[in-house]
Amino acid sequence: MNNHILNHLPYKSSFRFVDNISLLNENEVRGEYTLKEDAFFYEDHFAGNPVTPGVILTEIMAQIGLVVLGIFLVIKETEFNFMEDDSLFPLLTSTDVSFYKIVLPGQKVTVISKKQYFRFGKLKCYVEMLDSSKELVAKGMFSGVIKNINTKNE
Amino acid sequence: MTRKEILDELKKVIAPYTTNKEMLDSINDQTDLIKDLKINSANLVDIIIDAEAKYQIEIDYDSADKMINVGTCIDVISEKISQKNEEYR
Repeated sequence: MNNHILNHLPYKSSFRFVDNISLLNENEVRGEYTLKEDAFFYEDHFAGNPVTPGVILTEIMAQIGLVVLGIFLVIKETEFNFMEDDSLFPLLTSTDVSFYKIVLPGQKVTVISKKQYFRFGKLKCYVEMLDSSKELVAKGMFSGVIKNINTKNE
Repeated sequence: MTRKEILDELKKVIAPYTTNKEMLDSINDQTDLIKDLKINSANLVDIIIDAEAKYQIEIDYDSADKMINVGTCIDVISEKISQKNEEYR
C-alpha cells in the first residue's frame, strides 16, 4: 500500500537501503531493510569478519526515516514530480547518531522515524533503528532538504 | 523592543549553531550568517524556528528568505513583533 513511494527514491541497486514501508503518514514512517550478505562493503569491513559499517546504518536510517517521509511530504504539498524531474535530490544536512548494537550480514532492521518539523523545505526527524528482537541498534536526529541540482551544466 | 535588545537576544538564539564563537561577540548588522558565522544553511531554519519561539512570532516564507545577515534578521523580527502588538491592540 505504502510501497508506491519507493518508486520515487533516486537510489539504485547497491545503494538502495529500503525493502518495505509498513507505516507512512504526515508525522511518521516505519520501514524495513534486510542487509544483503553479498553487499559490497562486507568484503573489506572487516576482512574475514563482516560487520555493517555505522555509515551504512546511518544511510539506512536516512533513506527510510528522512527521504521516504520527505518525498511523501513534498509530493503532498507541492508540484514536484520525482518521476519526471530528474534534477531533484534529497540531501542530508545533519545527523547526530548513537549506536548501541552491531548488525551482521543478513539481519533485518526496522527504522521508525518521527517528524520534528517540516518547514522551509527542511525536514528534521528523530529516528530509531531496531533489530528483529526489537532491541535498539541506533538512534539520532536527522535533517535534510530536497535540492534542485542540475549536474548536467556543471 | 529596541534593535539592541533584539540583537542581544538573537546572539543567544544563534549561539548553538555557530562554531565561530569569537565572532559572535562582535556581530553587527552586516554580519552574514552563512559566510561570517559559518552556519550550515539548513540550520538557518532552526534559527528561525527558535526565534519564533523566543519572540512568540510567526515568520513566513518570504520573510525567512530575507534573513541573510544580522541586520535583516533584526528587521524581520522587529517587524513581526510590531505586527503582533498591533493585533493585540
